[in-house]
Amino acid sequence: MAKPKIATTSLAGCFGCHMSILDIDERILELVELVDFDKSPIDDIKEFHHRCAVGLIEGGCANEENVRVLKDFRRHCDILISLGECAILGGIPALRNTIPLQECLDEAYLNGPSVYNPAKTIPNDPEIPLLLNKVYPCHEVVKIDYFLQGCPPRADAIWETLVALLTDKPVDLPYDLIKYD
Amino acid sequence: MPMSQTIDFIIDGVEVSARPGQTILQAADEAGIYIPRLCAHKDLVPHGSCRICTVLVNGRPQSACTQPVAPGIVVQNDIEKLNNVRRNILDMLFVEGNHYCMFCEKSGNCELQALAYRFGIMAPKFPYQFPARDVDASHPDIYIDRNRCILCARCIRASRDLDGKHVFEFVGRGPEKRVAVNAEARLADTDVDVTDKALSICPVGALMRKRQGYADPIGRRRYDHQPIGSDIEAKRSATG
Amino acid sequence: MSENWQTMVKDVCARCGNDRTRMMDIVRLVQQECGCVSGEAMDLIARQVDTHRVEVESVVSFYAFLSNRPKGKIVIRLCNDVIDEMFGARRVAQAFEQQLGIEFGQTTPDGLISLEHTPCIGMCDQAPAALVNDVVVTYLSRDKVGDIVSTLKSDPDPRKLVHKLGDGNNASELVQSMVHNNIRRKGPVIFDPLPNGEALKRCLALSPAEVIRDVKTARLRGRGGAGFPTGMKWEFARAAAGAKKFVICNADEGEPGTFKDRVLLTERADMLFEGMTIAGYAIGSDTGILYLRGEYAYLRAFLEDVLHQRRNAGLLGKAVCGKQGFDFDIRIQMGAGAYICGEETALISSCEGLRGDPKNRPPFPAQKGYLERPTIVNNVETFCCVTRILDRGPAWFAEKGSKGSPGTKLLSVCGDCKQPGVYEVLFGITLAELLKMVGAEDAKAVQVGGPSGQLVGPSDYQRTICYDDLATGGSIMVFGPNRDILPLVDKFMEFFIEETCGYCTPCRVGNVLLRQKLQEIMAGKGEAADLDYLEDLGQSIVTASRCGLGQTSANPILTSLKNFRGEYTSRLIEPEKGMKPTFDIQAAVREAAAIAGRGPAHS
Repeated sequence: MAKPKIATTSLAGCFGCHMSILDIDERILELVELVDFDKSPIDDIKEFHHRCAVGLIEGGCANEENVRVLKDFRRHCDILISLGECAILGGIPALRNTIPLQECLDEAYLNGPSVYNPAKTIPNDPEIPLLLNKVYPCHEVVKIDYFLQGCPPRADAIWETLVALLTDKPVDLPYDLIKYD
Repeated sequence: MPMSQTIDFIIDGVEVSARPGQTILQAADEAGIYIPRLCAHKDLVPHGSCRICTVLVNGRPQSACTQPVAPGIVVQNDIEKLNNVRRNILDMLFVEGNHYCMFCEKSGNCELQALAYRFGIMAPKFPYQFPARDVDASHPDIYIDRNRCILCARCIRASRDLDGKHVFEFVGRGPEKRVAVNAEARLADTDVDVTDKALSICPVGALMRKRQGYADPIGRRRYDHQPIGSDIEAKRSATG
Repeated sequence: MSENWQTMVKDVCARCGNDRTRMMDIVRLVQQECGCVSGEAMDLIARQVDTHRVEVESVVSFYAFLSNRPKGKIVIRLCNDVIDEMFGARRVAQAFEQQLGIEFGQTTPDGLISLEHTPCIGMCDQAPAALVNDVVVTYLSRDKVGDIVSTLKSDPDPRKLVHKLGDGNNASELVQSMVHNNIRRKGPVIFDPLPNGEALKRCLALSPAEVIRDVKTARLRGRGGAGFPTGMKWEFARAAAGAKKFVICNADEGEPGTFKDRVLLTERADMLFEGMTIAGYAIGSDTGILYLRGEYAYLRAFLEDVLHQRRNAGLLGKAVCGKQGFDFDIRIQMGAGAYICGEETALISSCEGLRGDPKNRPPFPAQKGYLERPTIVNNVETFCCVTRILDRGPAWFAEKGSKGSPGTKLLSVCGDCKQPGVYEVLFGITLAELLKMVGAEDAKAVQVGGPSGQLVGPSDYQRTICYDDLATGGSIMVFGPNRDILPLVDKFMEFFIEETCGYCTPCRVGNVLLRQKLQEIMAGKGEAADLDYLEDLGQSIVTASRCGLGQTSANPILTSLKNFRGEYTSRLIEPEKGMKPTFDIQAAVREAAAIAGRGPAHS
């Protein structure tokens, strides 16, 4: 029987949650016994090739490309997990949510204390995805089945959750593994 | 009042003896039964605003922190109906403000966060409101981060009743309500002092001393291993 | 100039005895003189009355009619409640904006006129209506707006807006208002003739305990809506320890759709004050306070005059009616725009010069109320009933109405009916009978008891108006066959969000979230699970809120879900599997696309 597939992605995140996936250390060998990776930065597969049992989403939705990828994950994965504070809350990128978009762009490209931009241009290549009006938590865009809190979530929490889901057991994390930081 | 006078009643099926004048919350604490709470604090007069300590007294909802004990009452506390309400209230507080636990100095020692841990909340069921709130860092040693304020009035009560000042007070109404300071605008222009009890009594990271963040490493913070309320519950397991 | 205002503030404080508990009067007077209560004024007031500046700010920022920033010499407050909007308040609002060249919340550049919205001002029977400073203007239309603006521009005296006086005491020298009473049906308790002072004399021939016994025998229950037995409340206050006790009348009629107290204050003021005096005698109090909502300030001079005449007639003051040892007088405390102050403990807070926050109970006001003294708070109509009970006797009263709800009830009926106005009906009347009486047999829905009450439909029209079935403080809003239900519910939620004091979490936050979800459903972005979400969140607000406002604030949603579920389900959609219908990518990139000068989103 073919192994179940999992996919991962980092939207508006810092890849810290992916680092935490790798932090399961030698158990990664057990994991590859359990699953095959499909679309994921870990194996650098860019598009989905198969339907996946589990999709792990790091980061929230800051631009239209994030939304496209997230919806793609929803369509290809049986179970979606929001991994970490950025996927769940918007995280650090969501700090811009209380500031008008134009002000954010001006600060980032024109007025910020460390900006060197003599041409005074705000990048606007059609290839650059449009920013959303605010950073959205993933569960406000698609339905999310599980949430793993933390910045990043503890490697043990990721491991226990994945193993439980892949072996059809209930996800029941101990107190020590539920942390928001 | 004679010492022998007691008021007997029941919480969650357990018979509890209280002294006259005690609230249900105080009596429960002494009996080793934890009723979740946020605005209540043992050194402060009850405020009854967060509503997390809502219990059913003979079937009627009451805040345990304000409701006096009475003979023969039957109090329900740890029941799913109320725990669902409590989760909803915690969710409301999380989405009402901007609670970025990942960089908050209070994380690990924060009572709001600890309650959410205790109730196993993985994500609020309500949409984040992302309100625009301000930070007052005018004072050399103290700052107010209103993003994290949950309007529990602990600082207001502590400043007034414990510090003998009146540094804080609510202004505005409804969703616009916020904690203001006794000055034109800035905390620096008040008589607040870094030793004021009003600061350390904040349950969240809204009122903080500067240059003291992250003093406790992860793993050694107050709620890293033991859920909030464990100290109270330990009394009961010790005696029972 | 700067010294002038300081002298004025000091003078105001001195006139109020430099008494911190008179803060409502102080800040109202300062605002009247200076146009606002500025930060400097707050500082000075705090010094004069020995409190903290932030305490003063806390009060000023709580009440809608108080401001720390200057406003126009004239403030136009257009009522935007459900009924007023049904009768064209939005068109009127647009006309005001066009005529004045400003938006709501702004002041004309010459500093003459400010435009604001305000919730129900008690004029739903003559909507749309507005307050121009203290002057009430009714039956507004686009045309009338032009007249109002040009009149004010030529003479900034709002009294000039009153061309034709209303009926009854509305035309009196001291009211001079265009308001109409619209009394449609007179019943025996309130509107039968009543000789002034007779009930009081009968009362004073009894012992206080006998008076309370009579009120109990009549089985009078509070007319504000909650229906607590009045006699029992009085008995608690009488039994409470302490020499100083207070009688407070709650004339903060703020439940949208209610205006019957307005009519009582206009036409039955003597009956009301006599009831308060009887209460004073019964509980052993020498001081009554009429808490008059800021919206009814136009009645204040008239009411002061009624009190004055009663003092002259020996019906108030030292040794009332010659009864040695019974001194009683009444003063008027003005409110300043806060629905929550209709809640009795919030009203007491306001009387004490504080924010209108409800208090923790216990202690109950009858034990520890105003200034920590035993206090009874009763509704205007309740006091009027007391006077009639002493006039005709408790047996006469008790046999009227229905078994659990003796007497009559004043109803304020408005909305889609032929004859909006005040009706005195016997308790136990069915909704169907009432609808026939008011000319609204085709009603699609009736909001009984205002937003905090219930929205019911035709299957409930055989139910009766009384405490044990459809309870109401008096508000009956009728919605005709073509009205869309959910926008009404939305307006009610807007009202609660506007008026919650914000003290407790569920009411402050929960209602905002309820309304957001409702609006998503109205926008065609709701799915089946959202109805459970509304139910669950609504029940949490009901269970955990601290006072009556919060505990009833989810009712518009909960009762419409129960009685008009189809209005919700017909708007639900089935989104693509796994997707959130509330997320709208085009709306989310609109701003960025505009900044970048690009087209719509790709995904």
